[in-house]
Amino acid sequence: MWGWFHRLGSPKSFYEISGFLLPAMFALAGVLLVTGTVWALGFVPQDYQQGHSVRIMYIHVPAAILAQSGYMMMAAAGAVFLIWRIKLADIALQCAAPIGATLTFLALVTGAIWGKPTWGTLWVWDARLTSTLILFFLYVGVIALRSAMDGRESAGRATAMLAVVGLINLPIIKYSVDWWFTLHQPSSFSLTEKPSMPIEMWLPLLVMVLGFYLFFFSVWAVRIRTEILNREYGTQWVQSL
Amino acid sequence: MNILLATIRRDLLLHFRQPADILNPLVFFLIVISLFPLGIGPSEAVLSSIAAGVIWVAVLLATLLSIDVMLKGDFDDGTLEQIALGKQSLLVVVFGKVISQWLVSGFLMALMSPLFAMMFYVNTEGMIAIAVGLLLGTPTMTLIGSIGAALTLGLKKGGVLIAILVLPLYIPVLILGTAMVESAVFGHSYTGHALWLAALLVLSIGFAPLATQMSIRISLSQ
Amino acid sequence: MVIQLLGSCMLQAKKITCKRDHRVLFEELSFSLDRGSALQVCGINGAGKSTLLRILAGLYEEFDGEVEWDLEDYPLFSGHRAGVKDLMTARENLLWAANLYGQNVSRDEIDEALSQVSLNGFETVACGAMSEGQRRRVGLARLYLLDNPVWILDEPFTAIDTDGVLRITQRINEHLAGDGVVVFASHLEVSIENMQKLELAR
Repeated sequence: MWGWFHRLGSPKSFYEISGFLLPAMFALAGVLLVTGTVWALGFVPQDYQQGHSVRIMYIHVPAAILAQSGYMMMAAAGAVFLIWRIKLADIALQCAAPIGATLTFLALVTGAIWGKPTWGTLWVWDARLTSTLILFFLYVGVIALRSAMDGRESAGRATAMLAVVGLINLPIIKYSVDWWFTLHQPSSFSLTEKPSMPIEMWLPLLVMVLGFYLFFFSVWAVRIRTEILNREYGTQWVQSL
Repeated sequence: MNILLATIRRDLLLHFRQPADILNPLVFFLIVISLFPLGIGPSEAVLSSIAAGVIWVAVLLATLLSIDVMLKGDFDDGTLEQIALGKQSLLVVVFGKVISQWLVSGFLMALMSPLFAMMFYVNTEGMIAIAVGLLLGTPTMTLIGSIGAALTLGLKKGGVLIAILVLPLYIPVLILGTAMVESAVFGHSYTGHALWLAALLVLSIGFAPLATQMSIRISLSQ
Repeated sequence: MVIQLLGSCMLQAKKITCKRDHRVLFEELSFSLDRGSALQVCGINGAGKSTLLRILAGLYEEFDGEVEWDLEDYPLFSGHRAGVKDLMTARENLLWAANLYGQNVSRDEIDEALSQVSLNGFETVACGAMSEGQRRRVGLARLYLLDNPVWILDEPFTAIDTDGVLRITQRINEHLAGDGVVVFASHLEVSIENMQKLELAR
């Protein structure tokens, strides 16, 4: 069982398997994203309060969801690397951070654009936006530590450690920010926590979220493959490619 | 237990022989706080409403400045690797170092804080809440900060990097601490806030030294 | 009747491979050390002597392969950096070192160890006021103070005068006679009994 686990975790077999799966993943991601976008822009009814601007939700919400679960997956890779020393996990962590940070940034920007027609300002210290901002800082920390340690063999473990510490803190930060928000703005209008979203708005959102997930995994895999070639350069199997 | 006391004694001795490392962050704390009335104006209403936030943020920054040197000296002269290879548990030594570090930074700032609260026209209840909150919150900051200090050992740009790594993790403590003061100023009970701060402290006592110990071993591996 | 002999093997290194910056420092390095024997690691600068010693000491963990010590604690390690606090006196430094190894030592024992490295009269001098050689000797005084069976010494003779080198080799021989194990890196030819040499080439 363990032998199998380690073989699957070897960079070489990841490279082979992912090379086989990638075209299908990209194709499916593309189909989902195009379907979701057309559906959201063309067929979803206007919101009775927000009008057309509600459509930005179909980018904002998937990006925000991916920002969060991306951090969790990254930290999980870190934990795997710390415990089992599987090199692929280190590569996965290193490659996930910039994608996650970009999606977090996208969530922030779309949140601001959405905020302009809704609140009249680009930025409001809303609980969700604030914790997304803090999540962005956590990503930046991981990337900054990694790049500061460039060339040091223990960089992977240090970054993994930081990601895991961040993951433990994430729920505490999230709850404290939510609490802070209710404390200061008890009855404010929140962007996405609508009491009941009708199914015709909710279904395209689901399609977009799935599309974002697949897109995330595809880009992640591409980055991992590049990094594998970079690290394993000089080994026999890379030379024979 | 013996080594815990020995560590605290050793680190305090080192601090007192080189007081600049502890005094500079304290002076920084003083200056940052005095800048706010100069920048905002001496209005009593404004100052008293921002007092808690200003003092807490200044403590946060000063803690970061002082945490940078907590492990760096021992790393540079090779005593840290001696500690990591000793028969005594690195975990206990780390805990001892955190305690002595806190005694000369967070603890002193907590003691000084009522004075500043007074200069910012905070009432007596608020002054007490600031001091109590800092007494409960600063050890958590030192504990979490020690992880950042351990991870950035031997890096050239360690100082700024620690801030980036650690400041986001300080947010819950900051939120609770300032909310506690606000509650106190308006005469409400703040036991709940204090208990939450204490809970965070207990959590970080449980986890942070472990993470710091592992991070030290990672940083020594070069 | 089968008598199980206690293995005298103290250290076994199995297929240690270490890379740094995409460069292989050493590959599939295997050796073993018995009680009462020494290993001198030689090689040009950058060959990985310090890295190997740090691996054996348990400090450097980025390698493949196995290092097995028949040992409960970490070995006594003396690295590039003296491991001495400038702000503390020679005596305080050694007392702290003994504390770390959980050993209760008297002031006389400490002063005796200091006199063994010719530092009599420097007991209460802050190490920051000493020369580099003296500071290193404070670190090496631990060899006379602590009873750890395994020593790992990285360039122990750097900044040490001829007389000092003789004394330290003598101390190493004593330690080996008492069934200890010593691994050290040095360019010097020193007369140590029961010693293997490991040449790290690039």
